[in-house]
Amino acid sequence: MNCRTCPTLFAAAAFLFALGAPSSASAQEKPYFVTYSHDLEEPGNLEIETKTALARPDGSGHYGASAMELEYGVRAWWTSELYLDGQATSKDSTLYTGWRLENRLRPLMREHLINPVLYVEYENTSGADKTILEVVGHDGQSDLAELNGDARREHQHEAEFKLILSSNLKAWNISENFITEKDLSHAPWEFGYAVGATRPLRAAGGESPCTFCAEKFIAGAEAYGGLGDTFSLTLRDTSHYIAPLVGWQLPKGMRLSFSPGYGLTNTSLKRVYRVGLAFEIPQISSWFHAHNGGMQ
Amino acid sequence: MIRRTIGILCLISSATLALAAVSSSVLLHVPAKDHARINPLAGNQQAVNAGELIYRDHCLQCHKSDAMGDGRKKPPLRSDRIKSATDGDLEWFLRQGDLGHGMPSWSSLPETQRWQLVTYLRSIQ
Repeated sequence: MNCRTCPTLFAAAAFLFALGAPSSASAQEKPYFVTYSHDLEEPGNLEIETKTALARPDGSGHYGASAMELEYGVRAWWTSELYLDGQATSKDSTLYTGWRLENRLRPLMREHLINPVLYVEYENTSGADKTILEVVGHDGQSDLAELNGDARREHQHEAEFKLILSSNLKAWNISENFITEKDLSHAPWEFGYAVGATRPLRAAGGESPCTFCAEKFIAGAEAYGGLGDTFSLTLRDTSHYIAPLVGWQLPKGMRLSFSPGYGLTNTSLKRVYRVGLAFEIPQISSWFHAHNGGMQ
Repeated sequence: MIRRTIGILCLISSATLALAAVSSSVLLHVPAKDHARINPLAGNQQAVNAGELIYRDHCLQCHKSDAMGDGRKKPPLRSDRIKSATDGDLEWFLRQGDLGHGMPSWSSLPETQRWQLVTYLRSIQ
């Protein structure tokens, strides 16, 4: 598919749609960019989020890669998401790089000390995808330094599975993800990990509405990286990152997140900056299920 | 290889859905120690005010501004069931949710905020 303006148009339409939404709600999600916690989308809610990664691989220009995420709470125990990815590289080009469809399922209906979530994703992306929503196998900065014209010829049809383990202890969230990914052609299974911890700056809610109160900010850190593949199950030539995180709950259901990530190995990018902007539309399903059975 | 991967994917999804269906039919019982828990913010007006804001942010979308629910799947929160529950019961229920019946778990809210919410719910009965 060659539609260079599609992601921009779609993002603009979604943003305008979000601004025009009649009411809003606060999201409860943590400001992780790679790690997943066991928080799922509330049933019937739709969250629109852009996750942008800014970096400069050695031997290539600066790039900005963005994933627009549409996250819908199908059930209280099941969240489904569609991602549309694109990127722009300086002195190169801007292009749409593919889509992903993911589902997260909570198999246990009760809250436990450690809560498992099963994650299943199908990716249909090109080799030019630079969103770095996960790091697996021997992913490295050299994969991100290819010219867009060459990289886009490589098509990736991948299945990805994650075991998400997550705990909410007092005001803390601690999450661990074990990742395995398989290109549906003849390629080895690749492995990766992501771990993170976050906490609001203040645990108690304030008495009056405010935007800059401490409880509106969540801070933490995440670490993620590759663990090799079935052909070479080793940490050699793998990328690892550590990234402080900060999230700010804005009025009208919007959330802003920022994270500077630091590469820990020679294979890693030296730095990757991430920015996220999310907007939640509450009970969008009720728009189509009015009392009279028609659309409201 | 593609068929095998898709097969594994279907198997995992089916197992998850089956587990979810079984779990959702289990009646929720509040453990005795949670039932007996004391709300550290009981009767505190500041907690009521803070709880109201938390309600607006997280609960109003389903249970409505008058806390009477939507008359269908979203139940009223001004009810005999809430009146007769202890504060410990309510905090436990907020933490656990009832995932099988559409109520999310609010364990992601800090415990203090859950108590503030319980205090607010008490104030509107």
